[in-house]
Amino acid sequence: MTQTVKDKVRTFIIENFLFGDTSYELADTASLIENDIIDSTGVLELVAFIEDQFGIVMVDADIVPANLDSLARITTFIEAKAAVPVTA
Amino acid sequence: MCGFSGYFGSNRDGKALLERMTAAIAHRGPDEQGVFATPQAGLGHVRLSIVGLGDGQQPMSDPSGELTIAFNGEIFNYVELRDELKARGRRLRTSSDTEVILHLYDEMGEECVSLLNGDFAFAIWDSRRRRMMLARDRMGVRPLFYTTQGSTLYFASEVKALLEVPGVTAEIDPIALDQIFTLWAPIAPRTPFRNILELEPAHLMIADERGVTTRAYWRLQFADRSETPAYTDERGAAEDLRALLADATRIRMRADVPVGAYLSGGLDSSIVSALAAGMTPQRLRTFSVTFESAEHDESAFQLEMAAALGTAHSAVACSAGDIARVFPEVIRFTERPIIRTAPAPLFQLSGLVQEAGLKVVMTGEGADEVFAGYDIFKEARVRRFCGRQQGSRIRPHLFRKLYPYLPGLKQQSPEYLAAFFGAGDEPLNDPLFSHRPRFKGTAATKLFFSAELRAELEDYDATEELIGRLPKDFGRWHPLHQAQYLESRFLLPGYILSSQGDRMAMAHGIEGRFPFLDHRLVEFAAKLPPEMKLKRLTEKHILREATKDLLPPMIGKRTKQPYRAPDSHSFSGPGAFDYVRDALSEKTVSAAGLFNAKAVAKLHEKCRTRPASGFRDNAAFVGILSTQLWLQTFTGAGRKAAAA
Repeated sequence: MTQTVKDKVRTFIIENFLFGDTSYELADTASLIENDIIDSTGVLELVAFIEDQFGIVMVDADIVPANLDSLARITTFIEAKAAVPVTA
Repeated sequence: MCGFSGYFGSNRDGKALLERMTAAIAHRGPDEQGVFATPQAGLGHVRLSIVGLGDGQQPMSDPSGELTIAFNGEIFNYVELRDELKARGRRLRTSSDTEVILHLYDEMGEECVSLLNGDFAFAIWDSRRRRMMLARDRMGVRPLFYTTQGSTLYFASEVKALLEVPGVTAEIDPIALDQIFTLWAPIAPRTPFRNILELEPAHLMIADERGVTTRAYWRLQFADRSETPAYTDERGAAEDLRALLADATRIRMRADVPVGAYLSGGLDSSIVSALAAGMTPQRLRTFSVTFESAEHDESAFQLEMAAALGTAHSAVACSAGDIARVFPEVIRFTERPIIRTAPAPLFQLSGLVQEAGLKVVMTGEGADEVFAGYDIFKEARVRRFCGRQQGSRIRPHLFRKLYPYLPGLKQQSPEYLAAFFGAGDEPLNDPLFSHRPRFKGTAATKLFFSAELRAELEDYDATEELIGRLPKDFGRWHPLHQAQYLESRFLLPGYILSSQGDRMAMAHGIEGRFPFLDHRLVEFAAKLPPEMKLKRLTEKHILREATKDLLPPMIGKRTKQPYRAPDSHSFSGPGAFDYVRDALSEKTVSAAGLFNAKAVAKLHEKCRTRPASGFRDNAAFVGILSTQLWLQTFTGAGRKAAAA
């Protein structure tokens, strides 16, 4: 079964930052910072996940809330950066 | 220093009960014990003999037998008070500070506390007025807990003594747990034990046939922003500060046994050690903790300072494994869940002092609250600075400067730094502005609360309750003073002094003394203009100015390194500590009902396999583990579940 980029990221966030709490309604555009889902270490965990899973090398300029502060933004960023569509 | 217990109301089995209660806190007073019991009132005492070694036994009664006291702590100005009492014709039979309180109460009633300079909790049974008076020191150094059974009031220095009272059971208070998982400490008088309260710092309690009343006898007070500061001349302020600090230290060196000092390598303990070394004819003994992780270790500074002072220095090495090894004992003494492991090395340190044969140590605790040393004060200033020019890409860089010891922050962009610290977003008139990021970050750990606990708490908000406890004039104070008040009034007694001060020292029968918490010094510092304490981003500026001749430049110019200890990864040693696995197993966590067992299992796995977890994961791990251990220790609940 294929998994979209957004699904993969959502799964990572739920497992890694929400510890499996599937009752949490993670809206696509909800801010991860304002909703206390990630802290400063969490950003680095997220970056490591994106680099490992999607083969993207992120430079410092990429690591800004505009790219990473919601499910939708992360997905857009990965899809723009990735050379080919990613499937599981 | 000692421990006591007691009751007011009817009790036919008082003597036997008091013996059980005092036995539960025998670690606080290994030298002597005594009991005074009548059907209406009783007092039990365990003594750590420091002043009046031969004649200070307690409970102590006056010659008429009408007044009887049980006392924990020290009255540091007892020499002056004795002289004044004698000058008024009073005859004192002992050389103890305890008798001084008794005489002052006889003369002044409950107003006697206003004359006492010290760290104290005491109970006086006044058979003339048929009332029990309880009192606690201004800053909350010494503890005092109480509960009622029927119409009888019971009280003690630690909760474990109250659990000896028939009918008193240990049950967790969900509101207190929510407060700990938000504010780091319960809001007194609430404790983690349902129906067991603590007397707040600087408060009195009177129990008589009409009931129980409590009131504050002192309050930490700052000037309105609009007022002209009491001090405008920095040099004069530094001179006054030095004189006060020297006197606060001098009277705290009073003891009939040798006095040592904790030496962390930071500014505050170095100042206290330097002053103490100059006031004792013997070579001062100093004591430190060292860590194997470079991130936490300060041994180079400790050795530098010990060498400069010529002290007889001892250190105890604290490994991550040591923290895990002593952690269950730590929770038995903190008697509360905690979200950091920092008390554990202090537990080891007081053990080192005990092994060295000392009973009393001076410490630098309190300077950060009184002279604005914590990073949170600087952080609030930077957040306000950023808030005045929202969207600035340059100003958020300052956050990195605040936390050079946090490697994760170095890699963050200015945008992320601004977002994490809420720079520009938080309303500047929020009474909790200074502490809001900390409280918000900590509250994120409540993600692990079970559905049942969440339902029980409904929409309870610990920060709202805290706001409701602030004084009416709080909003008129300077923002730095507001932040200092929050730290001094709530975090200091509720977390620092209880979990890292009294309880860790007394676990090994050691008395800590805190010159920076002398109320004269606290009142003086509250009158200083904010810029003398936090000058731009230099913390404790006036303190450095007042003491620069005492310290080597390497110490005197040090930027504060907050006292921290390794957290969650302490508990992930190879094959070690079955108790951690048991306490966090799905079965045990489910049976306790406070946390989501599956989420806890995932967190445990994350912390075990990826030790570089952030603050939130660390706080949640330590908070959950300590809560589970608290349940096992005091209710047996977790242990039963694991064994089933």
